[in-house]
Amino acid sequence: MTNKFLALTAAVAALSCFANAASARDQIRIVGSSTVYPFTTAVAEQFGKSGSGKTPVVESTGTGGGFKLFCGGVGVDHPDFSNASRAIKKGEFELCEKNGVKDIVEIKVGIDGLTIAQSKAGAKASLTRMQVFQALAEMVPDKDGKLVANPYKNWSDIDAALPNVKIEVLGPPPTSGTRDSFHELFMEKGAEGFESLKELKKTDSKAFDKVWKSIRKDGAYVEAGENDNVIVQKLEANKDAYGIFGYSFLEENTAKLKGVAIEGVEPEYDAISSGKYKGARPLFIYAKKQHVGVIPGMDKFIAEYVSDKAMSKDGYLARKGLVALPADEAKKVAETATAMKTLAADAVK
Amino acid sequence: MTDISMDIARPEPKFRLDLTSDAARARIRSRYRAETRFKAYGIAALTVTALFLAVLMFDILRNGLPAFWQHSLLLDVPVAADIVDPAGKREAGAIKGADYFPLMRNALNAAIPGIESRSASKQLTRVLSVGAPDRLRDMLVADPSLIGKTIKVPLLLSDDADLYYKGAGTGIDDRAGRGTATPSGRTGEITVLTSSNDFAEELQNIKLRLKSVADTISRDAGRIERSGPDQAQRVASMRAEVANLANRYQQPGNAEALDSKVPSVLVAINGGLVKATRLDASGITGDVLLPLKSAEEAKPGTWKVVHYSTPESDRKVTDQEVAFLERLREAGAVDRHFNWRFFTTGDSREPELAGIRGALTGTALTLLVTLLLCLPIGVMAAVYLEEFAPKNRWTDVVEVNINNLAAVPSIVFGLLGLAVFLNFFGLPRSAPLVGGLVLALLVLPTIIIAARAALKAVPPSIKEAALGVGASHQQAVFHHVLPLAMPGIMTGTIIGMAHALGETAPLLMIGMVAFIVDVPTAFTDAATVLPVQIYLWSDLPEPAFQSKTAAAIVVLLAFLFLMNGAAIWLRKKFERRW
Repeated sequence: MTNKFLALTAAVAALSCFANAASARDQIRIVGSSTVYPFTTAVAEQFGKSGSGKTPVVESTGTGGGFKLFCGGVGVDHPDFSNASRAIKKGEFELCEKNGVKDIVEIKVGIDGLTIAQSKAGAKASLTRMQVFQALAEMVPDKDGKLVANPYKNWSDIDAALPNVKIEVLGPPPTSGTRDSFHELFMEKGAEGFESLKELKKTDSKAFDKVWKSIRKDGAYVEAGENDNVIVQKLEANKDAYGIFGYSFLEENTAKLKGVAIEGVEPEYDAISSGKYKGARPLFIYAKKQHVGVIPGMDKFIAEYVSDKAMSKDGYLARKGLVALPADEAKKVAETATAMKTLAADAVK
Repeated sequence: MTDISMDIARPEPKFRLDLTSDAARARIRSRYRAETRFKAYGIAALTVTALFLAVLMFDILRNGLPAFWQHSLLLDVPVAADIVDPAGKREAGAIKGADYFPLMRNALNAAIPGIESRSASKQLTRVLSVGAPDRLRDMLVADPSLIGKTIKVPLLLSDDADLYYKGAGTGIDDRAGRGTATPSGRTGEITVLTSSNDFAEELQNIKLRLKSVADTISRDAGRIERSGPDQAQRVASMRAEVANLANRYQQPGNAEALDSKVPSVLVAINGGLVKATRLDASGITGDVLLPLKSAEEAKPGTWKVVHYSTPESDRKVTDQEVAFLERLREAGAVDRHFNWRFFTTGDSREPELAGIRGALTGTALTLLVTLLLCLPIGVMAAVYLEEFAPKNRWTDVVEVNINNLAAVPSIVFGLLGLAVFLNFFGLPRSAPLVGGLVLALLVLPTIIIAARAALKAVPPSIKEAALGVGASHQQAVFHHVLPLAMPGIMTGTIIGMAHALGETAPLLMIGMVAFIVDVPTAFTDAATVLPVQIYLWSDLPEPAFQSKTAAAIVVLLAFLFLMNGAAIWLRKKFERRW
């Protein structure tokens, strides 16, 4: 036993030696959404190249996981920025407050189009959000507005103009921020299009939430994992299937895929930027103001992110697939960001 | 055989073993058949496994090998002193910090002269990577006397241009013009008219396409009409569209516009290239992609009709870029070379700049920590448990739990690492030190089990002989048993380390799944490891990263083969049989 005990003691001693190494940090640490990751990393790399400081470390933890770390407290052990593919939630904001993270700066960095896409070989389709809801919800209203289990097998069952092929949609699993956005942008808005469900929302909002938050489980919706490239490959192999992912993946794979028009609007850069395309969501980064001045380079990193050469329509982020904010909004965002205006509690939903 | 029944000399045997009867022969045959079948099953299983492995390897190599090569442009770059070093002090810092973009632009403009439009010159600079000046910068910093001279340097191409040269572009075919062609100008938007119907074929293709579009719409309209009367308005508008299209394709003579969804038609004339935006049988209207040397008429056979068979909307490079890239290839400026950068740089968001050096160093540091921790602890634990520990209920409990630990999902070790090493000990996130500690926990049970098996395999006579000549128990174990068990322990350790090499899940929790550009130099620097790098790259949208992913997998597999090969070699070389 002595040998093992000695070895363990040595290991523990070694650990405590290294523990001091964490106390100083000259490198920005960023956590959060995997959707924002490709953009923040591009900014981080530019920041590092410009010689403003060490290249920040960007972790891909998911939006929720990111906020958990970000709101863990103030100090060098906690990250300085959090990427988010949705706005911070009330619960997360309160967690931050509780742990002493009081001054948060919210920076809207751009727009991500949530696109439904299909193989180039597939029959061209144009969908409405109501049709998407009808195709994928677990319970849908029938002709009299009564909720029934989803009876639609083929797209043409929903609308004769749609192709007569089996409904098969590949999308992200529930753990993904993209899935949350899909529910909010497509399923909720689609459900609201039905008179009977609108009534339900007024009388029993919880029951209504359940309707748009439940996706059918009979195989029409296939959870394809967090990796969007897997969906791209599956769409290539199956021309009748549709896939749900961010606009950047559609843009990079134009050789193989085409976007499905929503409400008659094709998912294209200008349509998403102007807000005409309905399946779009803003992307954010959150900065911990209390770390500014403690961790070197934070203000410069923010300045790089909101600069024209990064965030504008011709910027390098646009080339990576981020849809730029309209010019006047971008200007406002840049102003709040450089002035470090903190997020007020009543602005959080 | 028949003797057997005779040797058993009994008056009336209850059972006669007759191996010659038909029934017996049938039984024997059926037993042999069963054996043959079993062998066939075995061979079939092996074949299927080998097939899967072959398909996997083929796919990975097919995707990954192209990433080991890269394309650059070999251009003459005039290094203007006022751009690189305006102060004239030849200081390394100033040379490093200079803006090299104008140099790149000038070199490209010299290679393809006469590009005037803003959008075209932007696309021209875009064929180069943002990291293109890196090589030039290094050369200038090393030898400032080059400033002011014109030097030939390889300039790295962007990922899309690189993929184009690797075959992800478009098919190009051309045919000589039959008539005499007359361009209306040298640049901008011009028309090219020919004396014979050179474009009749292209025009017909477009009309055929219009017809097929019209047929599809007409079919859809019919289906909607049959489904019910409530869509009458929609059907009417679709019918109108069909009539409009029919009007166009039924008149073979009138001009048609080309869009990005059809194969591009271009005219190569007088050393320039014109992209048709509108064509009829005897001429085109279009944009000049590469300026013409003159606006003189071209004789039959001296000009060409060029097709890019993949429509522009189906590829990553525009017609303009294809024109540039083809022109550069013709000029012999494109250089294909081994992608050393892949092994010498850290991660990047630009596929052509990204490398695995950071991940490899991170892996080495992490595995070093793992090895330093778990080899001594594991071997000591095994020796104690096998040779010294009393056999009682407590050692049984320990033994069962070691076996249990070996089967615990690896993510659990990550959670443990987060709670203990990060939160309790306050070690830094993303550090190879913590990664190594977590992986050591993961590998420890494997090593203990392998070491115990190796110790058990040493014949007891060796230890007894040592004890017999007066050695203490400890001397007998450390001088005789342990050295003989070492090959087995080493094999177990290497296989355990190979297991650790492929882990990603536990590292997620301790922050090693991260974008890290700087190559780590210490155990507490932020770092990532090879499998994590593969995971991160596989999730990025750029097609070039897919091939980087496969290339990184090739490297990881090579390391695994090396480690497992070392294990087999050690076993073969030092193994002793008793």
